[in-house]
Amino acid sequence: MKVGIPRALLYYYYYPMWRTFFEELGAEVVLSSPSTRVTLTQGLKHAVDEVCLPVKLFFGHVLDLTGKVDFIFLPRMVSVEHRKYICPKFLGLPDMIRRLDGLPDLIGVDVNLYRKNRDLYTAINKVGSLFTGNKFKIFRAYRNSVKTLQKYCRLLQMGLMPAEALAVLENNVGDKPLGYPLEMNVAVIGHPYNIYDPYISMNLVGRLKEMGANVLTAEHVPEKILRSNAARLPKKLFWSLGHRMIGAAYHYLDRQDISGVVHVAAFGCGPDSMTGELIERHARALRAPFLNLTLDEHTGEAGIVTRLEAFLDMVRWKKAEAAGL
Amino acid sequence: MRVTFPHMGNLYIPLKAMLNYLEVDVVVPPPSSKKTLNLGVKHGPEFACMPLKLNLGNFIEAREMGADTIIMAGGCGPCRFGYYAQIEHAILKDIGCDMQLIVLEPPEKNISELIVKMKKITGSRSWWQVIQAIRFGYQKALAVDEMEKTAFQVRPREAKPGATDRAFSEALTLIDNAASQVELAEARKKADTIMAGVARKHGAPVVRIAVIGEIYTLLEPFSNHRLERHLGLLGVEVDRSIYLSEWVNDHLLFGLVKNLRSSKDACASASPYLCHFVGGHGQETVGSAVNYALAGYDGIIQVYPFTCMPEIVAQSILPGVGSDYDIPILTLIMDEHTGEAGLQTRLEAFIDLLARRKETREAVNR
Repeated sequence: MKVGIPRALLYYYYYPMWRTFFEELGAEVVLSSPSTRVTLTQGLKHAVDEVCLPVKLFFGHVLDLTGKVDFIFLPRMVSVEHRKYICPKFLGLPDMIRRLDGLPDLIGVDVNLYRKNRDLYTAINKVGSLFTGNKFKIFRAYRNSVKTLQKYCRLLQMGLMPAEALAVLENNVGDKPLGYPLEMNVAVIGHPYNIYDPYISMNLVGRLKEMGANVLTAEHVPEKILRSNAARLPKKLFWSLGHRMIGAAYHYLDRQDISGVVHVAAFGCGPDSMTGELIERHARALRAPFLNLTLDEHTGEAGIVTRLEAFLDMVRWKKAEAAGL
Repeated sequence: MRVTFPHMGNLYIPLKAMLNYLEVDVVVPPPSSKKTLNLGVKHGPEFACMPLKLNLGNFIEAREMGADTIIMAGGCGPCRFGYYAQIEHAILKDIGCDMQLIVLEPPEKNISELIVKMKKITGSRSWWQVIQAIRFGYQKALAVDEMEKTAFQVRPREAKPGATDRAFSEALTLIDNAASQVELAEARKKADTIMAGVARKHGAPVVRIAVIGEIYTLLEPFSNHRLERHLGLLGVEVDRSIYLSEWVNDHLLFGLVKNLRSSKDACASASPYLCHFVGGHGQETVGSAVNYALAGYDGIIQVYPFTCMPEIVAQSILPGVGSDYDIPILTLIMDEHTGEAGLQTRLEAFIDLLARRKETREAVNR
């Protein structure tokens, strides 16, 4: 049986886990192709105008999988940790997708850990029982998938980008020499599905590296530090991803070796409009170099490049000034 | 302590009544206006939804009138509203409007948090007095809603244009001015007479439209460019998916009052279109659309502020409801750039469509 996984949204967090789980149960996992103009155009055609860019792209990835697989894995990700949600659109996503014509069967299950962690296991059993009646096999698949996820997270915290970490997990790292240390560190804060998708972010991470900046993201910061930094807010933030972004931004803004922060928001993203405001206010108070990039389907490459160049110039001037040059 | 709160339609009438009953010094901000919105747009985050900007404007204007404490509701997500108060407070502080903030929200650890906050407002008043105050406020909310429902009925049939509006505002003032339960009962009677006194014409064909969507843009006429009034003047009988008293009953009184439409029913009707809550009133919006279609309405209008997440989910799903139940649905998105003339044109076109559909259907049935 072929199970399709869209290369979008929480793919960047959970793909290694999902893949291990399905493969242990004897299914073949098929990923949608990397985002392209076509993926986005397909998404734009089928989603309402008002949804945010990453959800439009998700529509495109789902459509890319139709005809290629028996099932599409589309869990309703309500909450992945105690007392926190992802975002309202994730809660309604399966209902929005189901309206598309000609889809293969969807593996839909509610993942809701808002109240208690145990609820995850119910969801896992439900998915697993589609493939086997053997409870022990499901349990073993689950255990191994969690192990893979932990390994993936450790690789991320060592400073790898998701694509690099996946390459290590899949054992297909090329024989390239490691690069030289770059002249400065820049933190890029944004939703994983915006900053790690090279098409949507216009290869933001790669471009910064080419321009001489080493890139750090929220995924490079250990959970504990994220949490203690996010606790500086007057009220606990109830979005998992926003909480992460705030914690990372506050952490990086405090660090002396970080020269600047780039905040990447998707146009129409609700949580970004609030967390972005909080991060920007904090950066302004600290007088730290800060760039806010809003991405949408009309964003032009040239505009992004110009703004990045200007931002890095500013960072360099500031560094030179601090060095007394 | 001079307390203020944000505007949401006629919410100020019951809230003021409740706080006055507890002898709290209240500053009602001026009604939301272009100036309010401009203040909010100037100081608020660009991509925040419009209610936040209007709240912010309300607070700045109330500050100019001498308010020093804000009462706000809160929440625990996933809709942005749950973090409004904190962001607004940070912004106010930055622009030199340092005000005390009391957020009433579901307590994180235990109920004592909430009680401490309540005590800040109520001071030394007894719990019995607090309960009486809530009851009084609730009765005002009911009275206001009754007037509003009558206005929806009368407006498309009024003989003299504008007569309903005049009667309605007169009735509201009467209810607002009632200082005790006895006075309120009298005011209600008088207000009823005033509303009944509007001269009506007969035989006008009336299209029925239900307005559904996000609660703030539904209840606050400034934020929806007085949509219901426009519809009424164009000869449409309007119903709204949520009224103040229903919302208060659902969220503050835990459904204590029976025989009221509740959000639970609306959510139940949303399946199989939207089988999970999505924050805000997204699921209620889908469910209400189903209920109104079943009730034989001619058309549905969904209203929400630009970038409202739960309503975008609902909007994506509503076309399914529309085609299954054969009912036209129009979505109107409000932000600071929405113009009244454009809105008017779209409404006229939508009503034309509904009227023609109705005519054809009646001709076929005859």
